This record gives sequence, C-alpha cells and structure tokens, in this order.
Amino acid sequence: MNPNELQTPELAEVEVHGTSRGAFILRGALAAGALYGLGSVAPFVSGALAKSAGGDIDILNFALTLEYLEAAFYKEGQQQVKLSSDVKNLAQLIQGHEDEHVAALTKAIKGAGGKPVAAPAVSFPFSDESGFLKLAQTFEDTGVSAYNGAAPAIKSVDVLASAGAIVQVEARHAAAIRLQTGESPAPDAFDKSLEKDAVLKAVQPFIKS
Amino acid sequence: MTPEIHDPTSETEAPPTGALSRLAADPVSRKRFLTMAGGGGAAAFLAACGSGGSSSTTSTTATMPASAANDVSQFGKGDVGIVNYALTLEYLETAFYQDVVNSGLFKGSSLATIKQFGEEEAEHVQALTAAVKKLGGTPAPQPKAKFPLKDANSVLKLAATVENLGAAAYLGQAGAIQSPEILASALAIHTVEGRHAAALNTLLGESPTPDGAFAKPAEAATVLKAVKPFIVG
Repeated sequence: MNPNELQTPELAEVEVHGTSRGAFILRGALAAGALYGLGSVAPFVSGALAKSAGGDIDILNFALTLEYLEAAFYKEGQQQVKLSSDVKNLAQLIQGHEDEHVAALTKAIKGAGGKPVAAPAVSFPFSDESGFLKLAQTFEDTGVSAYNGAAPAIKSVDVLASAGAIVQVEARHAAAIRLQTGESPAPDAFDKSLEKDAVLKAVQPFIKS
Repeated sequence: MTPEIHDPTSETEAPPTGALSRLAADPVSRKRFLTMAGGGGAAAFLAACGSGGSSSTTSTTATMPASAANDVSQFGKGDVGIVNYALTLEYLETAFYQDVVNSGLFKGSSLATIKQFGEEEAEHVQALTAAVKKLGGTPAPQPKAKFPLKDANSVLKLAATVENLGAAAYLGQAGAIQSPEILASALAIHTVEGRHAAALNTLLGESPTPDGAFAKPAEAATVLKAVKPFIVG
C-alpha cells in the first residue's frame, strides 16, 4: 500500500470510528447513569472528588498551576525578546495550547466542586532566544514528567483520559522545542515521572510569592 | 539499560505515597471507580475538552456498545491484553525502523534520529515483554512485517503516520488499564511516542500537534486495521 494512500483513509477512520474524547466520556456518563440514575451520579462523584484528600481536584489544581506558568512563559517570550520567525510561530502555537489547557482544567475543577487555584505571579530569567528556548525545554520536559507522575493516582477514568490528551501534547511541545535547540526530541525510551514535590521545587524559582 | 516495566516509577525522587500507594495496594480501586465515572468533573472536562472539534462524532460513537470500545481482548485478558496489543505495535515499529535503517535511504543526522527512535522502540518491546510475563501472561509473538520503502519522503510520511497512530493507541487504552504500575509505564512510553510523532511531523514541515491542544485517542480496532497491510503471514 502506498503510504500516501494510507494516511488519509486511516486518519479519516480515527475521526469517524475512533473514540473521540467526547464520545468516550459520554459513554462513561451513560454507563454510570444506567447504574445509578443520571441525577444521582453527578453530586455523588463530585462530592467524592472534593472530599478525598490528595484527590483528583488536587491533581487538577497542580496541573493548572503548571499550565498557568507555561502560558505566562510563552506570552512573555513573545513580548520580551526578539525571536526568529520559526521560534515565534512555535511559541504562539504552544501558548494557545497552554491557554486551552488552563481553561479546560479550570472548568474541570469547578465542575467537580473544587476551587481553581489563582494564576501565580511569575518571573522568568531569559534575555534572548537561546535562553528562552532552554527554559522552554525545561518547562515542557518537566510538564511531561509531572503529568506522568500524577496520572496513576487519578481516580476518575475521564479525568485520566483528559490528562492523557494533555500530556501527549506537552510531549509534542517538548520534542518541537528540542528540535529548535538542536537536542534529541526524544532523549530516552521512557519519559521520567516526577513526584509533585519535585516538580514544585523545580518551578519554585519562577514563582514570585 | 535492561528496562523492567516498573522502571519509570522507580525513577521518581520520592517513594510513592498517599493515593498512589493506596492504588498500588488496591488494584481494583480503579476498576471500582470506573463504574462510577461520568460525574461532575468528567462532565466539565467533556465540555472543556470537547471544543477541539471532535464533538460531531459523539452521536455516532456513543451508541456503540461498550464492548466495541476495546478490541484488545484477542491479545489476552485485562491488562495482559492491553500490554500485548502495545507489544505488537512496538514490534512493528521496531521492524519498520530496522528496515528503514537497512534501506540506505537516510544518511547523517536523519539516519541518527531514525536509529535512535528504532532503538527506543526496541526498548519498549523489551519492557512490555517483561510486563506481560510479570502479569503472568504469555507475550504476543513478533509479527512478520513488510513495509513499502520507496523513497525518503514517503518513508518519513509513513513513519509519522505510524508514530501518530501509536501515540493515539496508547492514549486510547490509558483509561482501561487496571494496574497503576502498568499505567505508569504505558504513560512513560505514550509520551515518547508523542515525541517521535511530533519530531517526524516537524521534519515533514507539518504541525507537531495535528490534534491541537488535546491529543485524540484511537481505538484498537482502528489501529489494528491501519497496521494490517504491513503484517504478512
């Protein structure tokens, strides 16, 4: 089979028959609704999420802090230093994604009955494109490790699916940035996972409190 | 490196605590929660993430029976089936990169990148094989594969297709994995597949993130159908 022929029909297949996130989550909701009655499920689950210490809401808020940090970083990068057109386009693309992650996580936290954390005040030490890219690489690699470290503790299968959809995009950002810095886009066969404390320690220098 | 499947989690800086260790000690807790899925947080995430343009497919796929969502049972029960499914894909990717390296179509830094990606897929094969054994299952056999290798550009396109599909395949299984340890390992591989895909897309002059801010999952049936033309005998 010609690979050019392969690409289109198979990707169309993903669109039509694949588990879209929406369908996946809706199926979960319908299954749960059949078991418990739709009206009873939502308050039960959101209550369980809100009350469990170190539960999904904490993880979502942890992710939200990182996404706020990344979004602010890319915004500042575009405003503060002169970037080549390739890097500028990439920074713009990634900032848009991080903004979408912030919005999605905020909604999820509210929907689960939690309180979204506020955007942290931030400060980033870079003065040129090279410094910007170096820091971008650190943020994206750390972001991947943070999600991968937190994900196994996620209780809700739907929150997990969404975290997975986000972390793959963070990994794609990391690879794209690494191509700009001239480093291997995938330096290891397995991405490391980091515990929350280690991640917070890594990003602490950029948060002004 | 001789990867054990639990390596990624063992590389964390602190021992697992709290919810993670409770989950590890209680492998059925995720399964239990799965039956309760669909609550407030999930509904909000549906609303928040659904803006990516996939909502139009909801009415088609939501009516499918739940069993059709997971076609990996042919590879074994539960996590064994999922890991063997992943192993089959990794075998194909490894064979593909090996054939590409041998084809002589690439030189210099492109060849180095292809070699590295291939070596990483081979590490995934080793890790997943060990995981199946650890779960008490029999590792899936290496499929016999053949790939069309005409010219550098079409090979790169095929590589990108395979990697994007591979990343989507892992994402499609994440929620079905019962063991937190297997989940951690699958995620550690999943993001590497995403990195490969993004790098290949970039080399082809395409977006590193074709799905936008939220990567889309692919069902096993879709993935297996896509790779079927490359499996011979």
